[in-house]
Amino acid sequence: MAKWPKPPEGSWTEHYPYLGTGPVSFQDSISPEFYEDEREAVFKRAWLNVGRVEQLPRNGSYFTKEIAVANASIVIVRDMEGEVRAFHNICRHRGNKLVWTDFPREETSGSCRQFVCKYHGWKYDLDGALTFVQQEGEFFEFDKDDYGLVPVHCDVWAGFVFVNLDREPRQSLREFLGPMITGIEGYPFEKMTERFVVRAEVGSNWKLFMDAFQEFYHAPILHARQTPAAFSIPAAQNGFYAPHYQIDGPHGVVSTAGIRPWNLPKDMLKPMEEATRSGLFGPWDAPDVGPLPDGVNPANCDPWGLDSFQIWPNFVILIWGQNWYLTYHYWPTAHNRHTFESTLYFVPATNARERVAQEMAAVSMKEYALQDGNTLEATQSMLESGYVDSFPLNDQEVLCRNLHKVAVDWVEDYRREQGRVRA
Amino acid sequence: MSPNTALLPEQFADLEPYAAVWCLPTEGERYDRRLASTMDELQAFYDAFFPRIEEALTYCDQFPLDDMPDVAVNLMHLMYSLVIVSMPVEAWRQPHVPDAGAARLDRIVEPAP
Repeated sequence: MAKWPKPPEGSWTEHYPYLGTGPVSFQDSISPEFYEDEREAVFKRAWLNVGRVEQLPRNGSYFTKEIAVANASIVIVRDMEGEVRAFHNICRHRGNKLVWTDFPREETSGSCRQFVCKYHGWKYDLDGALTFVQQEGEFFEFDKDDYGLVPVHCDVWAGFVFVNLDREPRQSLREFLGPMITGIEGYPFEKMTERFVVRAEVGSNWKLFMDAFQEFYHAPILHARQTPAAFSIPAAQNGFYAPHYQIDGPHGVVSTAGIRPWNLPKDMLKPMEEATRSGLFGPWDAPDVGPLPDGVNPANCDPWGLDSFQIWPNFVILIWGQNWYLTYHYWPTAHNRHTFESTLYFVPATNARERVAQEMAAVSMKEYALQDGNTLEATQSMLESGYVDSFPLNDQEVLCRNLHKVAVDWVEDYRREQGRVRA
Repeated sequence: MSPNTALLPEQFADLEPYAAVWCLPTEGERYDRRLASTMDELQAFYDAFFPRIEEALTYCDQFPLDDMPDVAVNLMHLMYSLVIVSMPVEAWRQPHVPDAGAARLDRIVEPAP
């Protein structure tokens, strides 16, 4: 693999001087106190992606989202005028969870004309207005207009639905995303509606798993056995150099060069890859999705592998050169645990051959992710042991460096506002 | 095997013993079956079906994905099982992903078939 030119400062990291080049501590990933502040400072202030508009296909479609880190349950609904809205999932009467099916802690989805509380039958329009109260006359000085559902700030960008749990968001969604992320607007996300969703409970801080997928320095080593020796040995010898990194505010992107597997000698491929014409990079026969926006493939690689857009705090859009994409969400549940979700999006298969190629890509991705996820539990436990608290990061890990700095910055801002000195 | 109990199209009748084990509709079932199998069992299924995959793809391509006869849907599931079995056979030399321990990654949404 060619070594790609770096910025004039000599490295990607020094191109962003505020990042520094010294070792990092990862205290932000092992401290329960830091986590408690992060819940307020990050997850109750940042815009959080909760899904896509395709999950709300019709007026009346809804889904719920449990956000444990913010202690919130939210119902997202397309109202009767077609507008996407979000509400806290709580009945205004005595606090019962409003929308759930069988298991109150599990997420649900469906379609309805109004929300009806299971407990005493209070009814709400999909715009949140309270419309019916059982035995309304029994209440005191009561006006239904005072007891609508509590709205959550909600906005849609490129078909991605975001919520913000702040009382008043400090930035609009567009401002928050910034020009690097909004530069991929126009990518044909709406054509890629065939979904595979995988979920895992991971025994690590959420940021450590984000790190695992925002550097590819590990790829030739940790995943060596997944490819034939004719591929993996030169890959490890050459190492990994990304052609492009960019940081824009709290967000980052890494772009990689691709391969043309159909041109590789047979001993560099697994037989099943040849048979299905597919693999980790996706189906070899990419669907025609038309021109791509300028913000995609920023280094103009040919062949181009992928762009991984790391959207602060816990959301990743990874666009593959083979015209499909996936998202990652990392939902913290404790300082050393989180729920990992990955959704693969393809243009719907038109025949069996295309569908099997998608299955091959989805299964390949899972095999890699299982190795990544388990390695993280090993990392978390050793970081927590506390014997070592200073870790060097190289230039290919610049996005990891940025993520941890942003987390610390947001928490310190919050602590200052609270009148607390740095802990 | 009599025609009315056959899981697969007639031209794949010799694969019926594998169909009984591997025609599983969800990725979760296929992955669990892989973990519960020995390498000899995985290898035997792979060796029997891998040489026929082009024939199976050609057969299933006759039908639209949303209107496949049951035997074709079963053949699709058998191909998905071959995909998941190919990982230990072609790469890992063991049913589990190396270094993955007890880690799980559960597929909760997938297209049908």
